[in-house]
Amino acid sequence: MSREVIVIGGGIAGITAASSLSESGSRVTLLEKEKYIGGHVKKWDRLFPSFRPANEVLDWAEKSMSSDIEVLKEATITSIKREGDKFTVYIQNDEPVTGKAIVLATGYELFDARKKEEYGYGIYDNVLTSADLEAIFREGKKIVTADGKTPRRVGIVHCVGSRDEKVGNLYCSKVCCVTGVKQAIEIKQVLPGTDVYGFYMDLRMFDRHFEELYFEAQQKWGINFIRGRVSECAENEDRSILIKTEDTLTGKPLKMTVDVLILLVGFIPSVETNKLASMLGLQTGDDGFLLSMDEHTQDNNTAIPGVFLTGALKGPTSIINSIADARSTALQVQVYLKSIG
Amino acid sequence: MKQFGYTILEDRSIDIDRNDQRIREFLSLNDPSINACIGCGSCTATCTAGHFVDFNIRRVHTFLRRGEAHLLKEEIQKCMFCGKCQLICPRGVNMRNLIISINSAIERMG
Amino acid sequence: MKIEGKRRIWKEYQKEIAGDHYFYVRSCVRQNFFPGSEKTFLRILKEVLDKDIYENPSHTTCSGIGYHSDIVRFETSMTMVARQFALMTEAGYKNLATSCITSFGLYTEILETWHHFPEVEERVRKHLKNATGREFEVPDNLSHASDIIYKFRNEIASKGKLRLINHITGKPLRAVEHIGCHYSRMFPIKGIGGAEYPYVLTGMIEEWGGEVIDYPERRHCCGFGFRQYLIQANRGYSIACSKKKFDSMRPYKPDFILTNCPGCPMFLDRWQYAISEMEGITYGENGFGIPVLTYEELAGMILGYNPWDLGLQVHQVPVEPLLDKIGIPYDQSSKFLGKDGKFIGKPASPAFLKFL
Repeated sequence: MSREVIVIGGGIAGITAASSLSESGSRVTLLEKEKYIGGHVKKWDRLFPSFRPANEVLDWAEKSMSSDIEVLKEATITSIKREGDKFTVYIQNDEPVTGKAIVLATGYELFDARKKEEYGYGIYDNVLTSADLEAIFREGKKIVTADGKTPRRVGIVHCVGSRDEKVGNLYCSKVCCVTGVKQAIEIKQVLPGTDVYGFYMDLRMFDRHFEELYFEAQQKWGINFIRGRVSECAENEDRSILIKTEDTLTGKPLKMTVDVLILLVGFIPSVETNKLASMLGLQTGDDGFLLSMDEHTQDNNTAIPGVFLTGALKGPTSIINSIADARSTALQVQVYLKSIG
Repeated sequence: MKQFGYTILEDRSIDIDRNDQRIREFLSLNDPSINACIGCGSCTATCTAGHFVDFNIRRVHTFLRRGEAHLLKEEIQKCMFCGKCQLICPRGVNMRNLIISINSAIERMG
Repeated sequence: MKIEGKRRIWKEYQKEIAGDHYFYVRSCVRQNFFPGSEKTFLRILKEVLDKDIYENPSHTTCSGIGYHSDIVRFETSMTMVARQFALMTEAGYKNLATSCITSFGLYTEILETWHHFPEVEERVRKHLKNATGREFEVPDNLSHASDIIYKFRNEIASKGKLRLINHITGKPLRAVEHIGCHYSRMFPIKGIGGAEYPYVLTGMIEEWGGEVIDYPERRHCCGFGFRQYLIQANRGYSIACSKKKFDSMRPYKPDFILTNCPGCPMFLDRWQYAISEMEGITYGENGFGIPVLTYEELAGMILGYNPWDLGLQVHQVPVEPLLDKIGIPYDQSSKFLGKDGKFIGKPASPAFLKFL
């Protein structure tokens, strides 16, 4: 099958890029390794900073894809070859796809919290990740301890797997702080009598309305923020979690028991990203994410003409930024296609 | 009891499980702005008293929110009520008002 | 608690432990505190497991105690350790087995240093040659004695006469395991199970029928260190560390504590006495303390050795209640009789801690 543009990755960035390309006149094939498109956004309940349902954004994204776009699901890429201006993408158990440009949108994976052994994820029953909590909200389940009781205290740990030399990720995953604040408010919304404590190193409220969300969390919802990184978690007899941290603002060590602990896990480059990078000979940065041609002026292009990047495979980013970035990539692809005639 | 030449050191961590949060809760009902503190330290930087005596108003406020109330009574004696902390706070914490209220809170709580 | 989560981590932190032909180096101080332990280790390896274990009478301290007290410089320590290696090489051995956990930590540290900085190793070779005329080879395998008992725990269990079960209630005994800081905290990959959830003692207890308790201060140091403890005025810090552990483990009502370091059982045993004298608190049942055992003592108990041959009479917290629970017979009247039947003296009873 010969199409003009091949978009690899059916998450929010990939879908947006595909729609933009199609709207602006290209014929697009979208390849996705899972059985569904939508990527990580499909797993979230409500988005920051406005708490709008993730489904709204996904529905918009899927509806904006014209029926012209060919979507191939469960597509595992085995190799990519280039002859002149033509790329051929070979897919396992399927026909290869050809195109004049490739957009990589293979995104990220979440850090495996079990690597932080001291937090006891996968060992202590009352330790969850932020992704687990989103699933609880999305499925309409109640937030309860392993014994089925309402937690009187919930702790949220920031920077799990990010800004951490010990796990090899020095970078900041950007969106976990605002996710922590958002989830803290969401917990208070369903459990107003529960105390919520956030343990942070810095609070990175970088985008519009994020700082106001933080203010609301403190003032309206009475959420406590303790500046100090959690050093270890231990399990009490009743399976509640004992946390040790330093309250750096008072300069004293601090310990407390929480009934449920949420770990805000960060981004890591996805396995697919790494695979495709080596297939195409693309450069990765020290942080493992892909490098674009120039971070200021050509952030959607790569050193390889015809190969473009969009979304979280370049590094942690928010949905808002991914959508903008995908559209920008689409524009760059059109410029390129015009130049090769 | 026997003496062996040393004493068993006490645990100096702030223990949220054991601390008394009543003063904080009482004050917070009175004036929810006390929860908006981000620990930036502008108040301490500008504090008149803090430049001459060992008085760190940011720290006192943080101790209050952690429930370390036993330190408060003595510390707040050092405040001169100039109000500069309230003027500078970027989050709108009514600091001066808070210091005045702490005394009445301590009296009520005992 | 999801035990599979722990098992996953235990599988990741495995290491090679030599199977035979050990060169044994002793601890400086263990013979004083737990006189039966090293003897029992040798007895188990020779009689029960039929292994070749050799110790050179002219081997010395590894100087770990001096090194960690800032009295001995690293160069000196390395040279003393090099001499130990030289004795090992001269006797034709390649596997080093250490009795003390600080030794294990120091040997590991030195081998790692030499691995990354070969010029340092060369320098030490020169030092040793100049000082003693000896030459050495680096050991192929470095294991702690508890690693070896861990490796053969199945054999010990099968040859053992008893299990860690309370024979009155039929339930497994509840054990607290405590690892020496120098075992896995310095180099987590050199310890079985890593630093967060160490497995070397847990494996022994599980294999021998007991149940391991995970309590909040499990990872906390007992406070031994070296520097802080050597000066009397600093001991408040050390005793506070042990007290924190006792306060944390008390609600779980453990039957005993198992350790693999010379200092830890000494502290955990003796501090229970000191705390009882200073504050009147005891941590065991009925005014007793929680018995503290070394892994050799526990292995010896499983194999049915006479408790007084294991050195249990010198524990400040009496081990008799535990012996009763397991159903180990012992002769109370011969507790303070020496090898030749002569009375060796009985200590005075503490004010609060029950002593038998």
